[in-house]
Parts: sequence; structure tokens; C-alpha cells
Amino acid sequence: MIQLVPRQSASSFWQIATPLMAVLATMVAGGLLFAALGHDPLAAIRTIFWDPLFGPAASYSRPQLLVKAAPLILIASGLAIGFRAGIWNIGAEGQYIIGGITGAAVALAAYPAEGMWIFPAMVVAGAAGGWAWGMIPALLRNWFGASEILVSLMLVYVAQRVAAWMAFGPMKNPEGFGFPGSRNLQQYPAAANPELIAGTGAHWGVVAAAVAVLATWFLMSRHIRGFHIRAAGTAPRAARFAGVRPQALVAFCLGLSGALAGMAGLFEVAGPAGQITDKLGVGYGFTAIIVAFLGRLHPVGILLAGLLLALTYIGGELAQLTMQLPAASVQVFQGMLLFFLLGFDLLTRFQIRRRVTA
Amino acid sequence: MAAVFRAEGLGKTYPGVRANDDVSFAVQPGEIHALLGENGAGKSTLVKMIYGLVRPDNGRMFLEDAPHAPHDPRAARVAGVAMVFQHFSLFDALTVAENIALGMENPPPRRELAARITQVSHDFGLPLNPARRIVTLSAGERQRVEIIRCLLQEPRLLIMDEPTSVLTPQEAELLFATLRRLAGQGTSILYISHKLDEIRAHCDRATILRHGRVVDSCDPRAHSARELAAMMVGGEMRLIDRSGRQAGEVLLQVRDLSLPAPTAEGTALKSVNLTLRAGEILGIGGVAGNGQDELLAALSGELRSVPGSITLEGRDLSTEPPEPRRTAGLLSAPEDRLGHAAVPDFSLTENTLLTAGARKGLVRGGLIDHRAARRYAEDVIAGFDVRTPGPGTPARALSGGNLQKFVIGREVMQSPRVLVVNQPTWGVDAGAAAAVRQSLLDLARQGAGVIVISQDLDELLELSDRFCALNEGRLSEPVPTEGLTLDRIGLMLGGAHGMEEVRP
Amino acid sequence: MMIDPLSVFLLLVAAATPILFAALGELVVERAGVLNLGVEGMMITGALAGFAAAYASGNPFLGFLVAALGGAAISLLFAALTQVFLANQVASGLALTLFGLGLAAMFGKPFEGVKAPPMPAGPLGINWIVWLGLVMVPLVWWFLNRSRAGLILRGVGENHEAAHALGYNVRLTRLAAIAFGGAMAGLGGAFISIATVLQWTEGMTAGAGWIALAIVVFSKWTAAGVLAGAWLFGGVTVLQLRLQAAGVAVPVQLLSMAPYLATIIVLVLISARQKFSRRAGGAAPGSLGTNFHALR
Repeated sequence: MIQLVPRQSASSFWQIATPLMAVLATMVAGGLLFAALGHDPLAAIRTIFWDPLFGPAASYSRPQLLVKAAPLILIASGLAIGFRAGIWNIGAEGQYIIGGITGAAVALAAYPAEGMWIFPAMVVAGAAGGWAWGMIPALLRNWFGASEILVSLMLVYVAQRVAAWMAFGPMKNPEGFGFPGSRNLQQYPAAANPELIAGTGAHWGVVAAAVAVLATWFLMSRHIRGFHIRAAGTAPRAARFAGVRPQALVAFCLGLSGALAGMAGLFEVAGPAGQITDKLGVGYGFTAIIVAFLGRLHPVGILLAGLLLALTYIGGELAQLTMQLPAASVQVFQGMLLFFLLGFDLLTRFQIRRRVTA
Repeated sequence: MAAVFRAEGLGKTYPGVRANDDVSFAVQPGEIHALLGENGAGKSTLVKMIYGLVRPDNGRMFLEDAPHAPHDPRAARVAGVAMVFQHFSLFDALTVAENIALGMENPPPRRELAARITQVSHDFGLPLNPARRIVTLSAGERQRVEIIRCLLQEPRLLIMDEPTSVLTPQEAELLFATLRRLAGQGTSILYISHKLDEIRAHCDRATILRHGRVVDSCDPRAHSARELAAMMVGGEMRLIDRSGRQAGEVLLQVRDLSLPAPTAEGTALKSVNLTLRAGEILGIGGVAGNGQDELLAALSGELRSVPGSITLEGRDLSTEPPEPRRTAGLLSAPEDRLGHAAVPDFSLTENTLLTAGARKGLVRGGLIDHRAARRYAEDVIAGFDVRTPGPGTPARALSGGNLQKFVIGREVMQSPRVLVVNQPTWGVDAGAAAAVRQSLLDLARQGAGVIVISQDLDELLELSDRFCALNEGRLSEPVPTEGLTLDRIGLMLGGAHGMEEVRP
Repeated sequence: MMIDPLSVFLLLVAAATPILFAALGELVVERAGVLNLGVEGMMITGALAGFAAAYASGNPFLGFLVAALGGAAISLLFAALTQVFLANQVASGLALTLFGLGLAAMFGKPFEGVKAPPMPAGPLGINWIVWLGLVMVPLVWWFLNRSRAGLILRGVGENHEAAHALGYNVRLTRLAAIAFGGAMAGLGGAFISIATVLQWTEGMTAGAGWIALAIVVFSKWTAAGVLAGAWLFGGVTVLQLRLQAAGVAVPVQLLSMAPYLATIIVLVLISARQKFSRRAGGAAPGSLGTNFHALR
């Protein structure tokens, strides 16, 4: 018989080993899945995990890595802080969309003016939009005790419809020949978020993601507020005893993660996406949840996990083109990754022993 | 006469702990048999084996000469063993009848069961309404539910785990009358406690456990409390030094402190008044759930109150959060060590940051000085003889006594003006309890004011200069501790909560 | 525009059916002390599995059977994670939703653009599955409040330590509850694909699973409350569709927010009542969302 013995403290070896095991297990299970669908499993895995970086078309796909990783890392950095405190913002997708809309609104209002102030103002507006959208579940939880999980998630659907309304209505490009979608911000230099160094994919969002990683690391490991957040997540009563005000913490965590998600949305709209459309949300807000967990809610882990999941996006597109794998296989991959991670996590919290029977 | 229950050479090992080792004893028909021992002596593991919750590694048990090896509690119940738990195994949102049905193997239909509950509970003088939800019941009433649940199964062996820890002295008397009556009808009772006086007054036989082994078996009525304590602890008790204290100026003043209940299960504080002087220890007694947690939270700053209700040395702290109160010198240590006074998953170093950040300079301008925190943790460990591999050990890895020494030490070594502690020695071994009590006396001697909230009346009588009782959120007038009797205290604690009418 | 109250009511009942199934299932799961946020993932799995089986066999009822089995099967992933591997329930539920949505999108490609086989009308011209949903309400009530198994399940959900101390198998009880919740969510999802939309489209459950979770809160964890919540939601949906059809001068995108906004409002109202009322009881099960590990 096998017996689980709780560890006194989480094993640091397994904390690092389990995400790696989860990635390997996902490759194996994913390969089996592709084999079942009639594809060559080894070729599929190579196409997804290897070719984007080192394959024949790598010079095109490599810059995409940073483009896709930046929003994931930016959003996940904020989410991880809330998850540490036991505050579950799962509506980052909605905050991302709203941030994109409010940021773009500044640009569209200013059009065709030129000025150095426009892009910074858009970033602030995007962060403010995401912050405000995140504060809705925060305030409803603080005032009425409504579950922030359900409210933030419902607001994703609302935000998607706001985006559609904007694309078909108020923000529709007056010179767009009646097609839905706003003006293209990439063609409006004062508002554009261009590639900063050619061939790297690095835009301002990448810079923001790097800053977010450093700032959250500092907050969580050096600042007393980070200590309070960690305490609140594992022992809420002890945190209150230390002086943490739960309501302030809810507002801080949801507001911060909302602002970061909103910024991510703005960088996307002003850069790679270029315009407001009804397809503004592409799932970064949900994938970032996986990034946060896979990165063990630690800034450095999130950095690595963000790059890995960006790779699956690019690799998935590549596999779709070259092997006709279904587009949704990326989603399946990401879901499996989280499943395996949560399962293997047992090893960090428990020791497995064989029961001695007398 | 054949024994109702016999254990032969029972042993059980948990990772790192030999909980029971070669335990043998027998319970006779109609006997109230005490299982006596300190916290951690292995009493709980032993009864869990009898009740089928834990399987012994070695040894055998017999119930009326038939081998008894229950693989789960249901099997134990079928065999005729019933158990009343220390922390009640009740379902708060369910009704009395539903709770009782869950404790029976083949409960009768709903209506019939309700009628039987009403009848049996009246027969035993423990009236219960089967339709009430558990959340609405007092601690004493909840225990009645547990007892009636056992009685309906007509057990041959009834196990009671520290049943009087939640009762007033009067309620405890009533419980013993019930147990006597049951024993008279032939039911054997295995009674677990560390309260020597009640065992000497009510039990026929005592088996004494120490470090998981049986050290003696005797007739408790033939021994003094001191002799029993010596057997239990294994050696002489440390004496407490109460000398050299005198009351000085007023430090803490609580005026007309009222607070609504913070949760549905909580208790409202109703116009609490108290004055604490330098060098004084004020004892606050009361049965659990009468506002102890709320009073501590109101003083620590977890709950805020109206201006003017709490002043420390003339400074109004009523609306201040915990941090400024600590800076001002008002410190506290809550009852629940794991999860309230300390974060279980955090190291001892990190746990110093919970309360000592400002007074010990561990946090400056929001930035944590990890090295200073580690040094302070080492100081507390050394100063209070905390047995642990080091300051990096997580709090949950410490034994109850060692963690309590750390928690109390963390506050005491910050040299508070006033320290408030709730249940400072609950679930702590005798050695650690004596150390904690001595540190509180020493703190008062150095001129601080100390408030000890406790359910352990002996502890309060031993430590405090004045005593008052907390009853349904109201605090009684304090009386000097000298010359107080247990009966008088019982009345101060609110009597028997309406159980008088059924006293025999 | 003529509005016949009866036909509006019947539309409402039909619109409420997917949520009713999913929420009744989740009610039982939560009463056992488990918070499964994967309802959306189980519904979409049921929607696809049911549609595929109905399309392949030509028999819609076989589709519903397969949907229930599919929902239960995928719920066992969550059950394994939370009950065997003791993983966090919130994270595991999210994983189930993300995984289910991806899996359904991947395997659903071949079924895009084909039509579901027609369903024979049931008694009074009302769909058989709508009837089944209505019958499930008293059945679930009876199970929870009158049966021995239901009492044990509630005990496990209220206080798993105590249930274990009395000798009940916490893990097995919860596994069974989760599988039941999965089957019910699968039926609810299949109702959308087989009986409402009559075809398969990616992401077609559109948050119905999350609304079902909110309705369990709204119901204060009672079967009758779930029915009331589902009908309320059905009413909002029907009203919104009517307004769209009537060409009200509000953009379609804003009208279609109505169910989600209504869910938030309802959630706020009910949470506020539970927060500010002093009366205990009728609130969430005591052990909801926490895992249980017994050291023997």
C-alpha cells in the first residue's frame, strides 16, 4: 500500500522539478493524442517545440516569441500576486479587452494630432481601463461578498460584447468602407507601438513585461506588502492579526492585475493587432492563468513559463500550416499542461511512502 | 467478572513519533475508567484505535472476550463502542435529528427517530429539540447531542474525550450525574482527561499514560492530586514564582466597549469595562465562545471600536489598526497558534515579521531586513528554550508547546507595555506551560500589565491578581483572586446555562 | 406584436433547461463540499459528444446518453486531481474548463456545418429533455433531504473531518458527486447542441456553465432555488431575444450582454442578503472548496 505523508514545508527540489515533468508529460500525452488523430507524433512535437526557434522558418517565427510572451508575462505577473493572496481574478481576458479599448479611445480621440504625449497617455488610459474593470469584482466582493471568480468571469463576456459594439459602432473607422473595426493604429505614428529593435519582436509591451517581472519580484520578496500578501493566502487570520485589511488587499490585487492586463491589451491593440475588432480577445487572459501556475506564481518562473506557452502558440500555428493539425490543439496542450502540473504538484506537498503492514 | 474491554500490547507509530507502545489495560462492566495523561501522552491515538479511526501496528484488543479489530468507526459502532469527541464531530448546518441519524448504523424513519430523541433525552435529563440546527446550540447542548447520539446505540463501551473542557463546573456536575446513571445500568465508560480533581471525584479506576506507555494503573480516589500529577508528568512539578509584583499606575483602560458579532457564529461584546495597572495580571475566565476571541481581536486591533473605548496610557487606540497599537506598546497573542498567531507554512524567521516588524526594526520604510528578522528569531528561540532545528524551520513543524513558547516569546521580548494572551497554555505539555506562565509573571514583575484570557481556572487562580468572567459577551466586575472558590467562579461564569431545572 | 403568455413561458422553460441541468449537478457537487469550476468545460464536452453521437446514430436520445457519459468521464479528470492528487479545486476546475473547451474545439471540426437529427416532441408538445430536467428537480430535492445517501453526502460537505470520524468515506462520496455533476452538465450542454441550436459550433455554451455556478449560489444551495434561478435566467434570455426581434433601438451587442449582467446583479443581491443577514443556515456547505486528507 502507498501512503501519503504531508511534508512540513514544500519541497524546493520538486517545486522546480514538477513543472519540467509536467512539460515532458504533456509532450508524451500530446504525442499520443496526435498519433490517435493519425499524425506523426514526433514530427508534431518537433514542429511545436523546436521548429519555431531553430527550424527552417525560424527567422520569421523567432520574433513572434517575444510578441506573444509579453502579454502573457505581463498579465500573469499581476494574476500571480492575487493567486498568492487567495484572490482569484480569472477575468483578465476582460480587463485586457477593456484596456485595449480605453487606450485606443485616447488615440482615436486625438487622431490625427501628433505629439509625444499620445502614446504614454494611451498606456495610462489602458492601465486605467483594466484597473477599473478589475475593480468591479473587487468592490462587489468587498461591499456585498459576491464571488470575484464569477463576477470577473462574467465581465469577460460583457467585455467581448463591448468590443464588438465598439468595432461595429462608436469606434468604427469612418474611412473603412463600412467594414467593422477601428482605424489601424499602426498607420498612426503617434499612437503606434512599433518593433523597437528590428527582428526581435520587442515592442513597448516587452519592456513593460520585463519591468513587471522585476517589480513583482521586489514586491513579493523584499517588501512587507508582499509578505502580507503571501501570509493572507496561506493563513488569512494571521494576516489580519498582523494588520492586513482584507478589503484593501482585494482591491489592491484585483486592481493591480487589472491594470497590468489592461496595459497588455493596449500594447496589443497599438502594436501587433493594430485595431479594435470584435476578435480583440484572443485568450491571453486565460492562458496567463496557466502561465502563472506553471511559473509557480514566482516572477522568474512566470518569465520562463510565458516564453514556453508563447512557443506553443507559435508552434501550434506552424503545425496548423505544415501538418494541418487543428488550431485548437494548442488549447488542448495548454489545458493538459495545467492538468499534469496540478497532478504532479502532489510531490511537492507530500512524501510518498510505502505503508509497512505488520 | 469478565472485562468489557481489554487491550494487549497495543502499539502505533507515526512518522517520527511512537504514539503508543505496548499499551495494555482492561475496563470492567459498569466502571468509569479514566485515561490520564499529559498532552501528547498518546491518549487520543489509543482511543482512536478502539474506535476504528486508526489501525494499531501491533497488539490486540478484545470486546467482551471477542477479538476487536474495527477497520472503520462504523464497525466499531456495530460492535458496541461509542465515542464523544473533544472537538465535536457535529454538522453545524444540519439538525439535531440529522446529526444523530448520521451517527447510527440503521436509523429509524425520521418521525420515529425524532420521537426517540425527545424521549431518551428527557429520560436522561438532557432535553433536546430534534428539529433545531446545531449552529443555534450552546457548547453544553452540542455535547448533549453527541451523548444522545451515543446512547441511542446502547453501547457497551462509551468513550469520552475531555468532555468537560467546554463546560462550566455546574454543567460538568450534571454530566457526571448522567455518567453515573449510565454506569449503574452497566455501561462502561472510558473517560479521558488531564483534570485530576474530577478524575479523583468521579472515576473508579485510572490508567496513566506517559510518552505513549502505561506507567501505572490505580484507584484515583486513593491518591492525592499531587501524586497523580507526579505519575502523569514523571517527576516533580516546577514551582511558580509569583513574588515581587506590585500594582502601579493605570496602563490600559477599556470603557463601555461594545461590538456586534463579527460572524454568524461569533459573540457580540456588550459594554465591556476594565482597568489594567502596571505590574498586574488580570485573569478573564469563561466557557469557550463567550466573547474571548472577540475581546482579544478588539484589543489587538483586528476589530475597531468607537473612539474612547480603548486607551493605552492616555492614548486613544480604539480606531487604530494592529500596527500602530503594537508601536504604542499594546501586544497580543491569540489562542489559535497555527493560523492566527503564526503562519504555519512560514519559517520562524518570517513569523517574527508578523508582529515584531516595527518594534524590533525588522521592517524599515516597507523594506524587510531579513537578517535582522533571523537574528530576532534566534533570540526568541534562545530566550524561551524553543526546541527546533533553527529559525528556518516552518512553524507547523514545531510541537504545540514549542510553538507556543515561540509565540509568547516573540511578544514578551518586544517589551510590551500591555500584553493580552488568550489560552496561553492550551494543548501544551506541562513543562512548556510552566515556562509560559513564568514568563508572564516575570513580564508583570518588570512593570508591564498582562491580561490572561483562559478557560483553565487553575491557571487563572495561579497567575492572576484579579479575576473576572466573560459571559455572553459581558465582563463581570473583577474580584481579587485570593480566597475565590470554584463554586463562586462557576456562578460568575453564568451557572449552568439553564440546566438547573433538570438537576437530580 | 402579440405575446402569448403560455408560449413565452414555454420558451423560458426551454431556455432555462441547459442551466437547470448543469446547476442541479453542481448543486449536488457543492453539497458534497466540492467546488468544481469546470462546469463550462463539462458542458461543452457534453455538447460535442452528444451532438456527435446523435448525428452519427440519427438518434437524439442516444446523443443525450453519450453526452451524460462524456460529461461524467471528463469530470473524473477533475475528480482525480482534487480527490486523489489533492490539487487546489479552483485551479483544477479552471484547468478542466480550459481543457474541455480546447478538446471540444479540436474534435468538433468534422461536425461543423451538419444538422442534428430532429427530436420527436414529448408530452404536451414539450421536449422530452425539458421534462427530464423538470423531473430532476424534485428527485434531487428528495435525494438530498430525504434519502440516507443524501444525508451522508450533506454531512461530508458540511464537515468532512466529522464525517470521516463517524466512518464515512469522504473521497468516494465526493467522487460519486463529481461524476453526477459531470453527467448533468453534459446533458445540459447537449441540450444546447441537439435541441436548441441544432448544430455544433465552437464555444457554443458561451458561459452557460459559469452562469450555472452563479445560480447555485443564488439558490442558496437548494433544488427549488436552482429552478427559480434557472427560470429567472431563462426569462432574461427570452426577453433579450424578443427585444432583438422587435428591433429595439439598442445595439444587438449590448442586448446580448443581458444574461451576463443579470447574473452579476443576481449574484450581488443574493450575496448581499447572505452577508447582511444574521441568520445562519441555508448558506454554503461548511467544507466547500477544501480538500480532505486523512492520516491513518
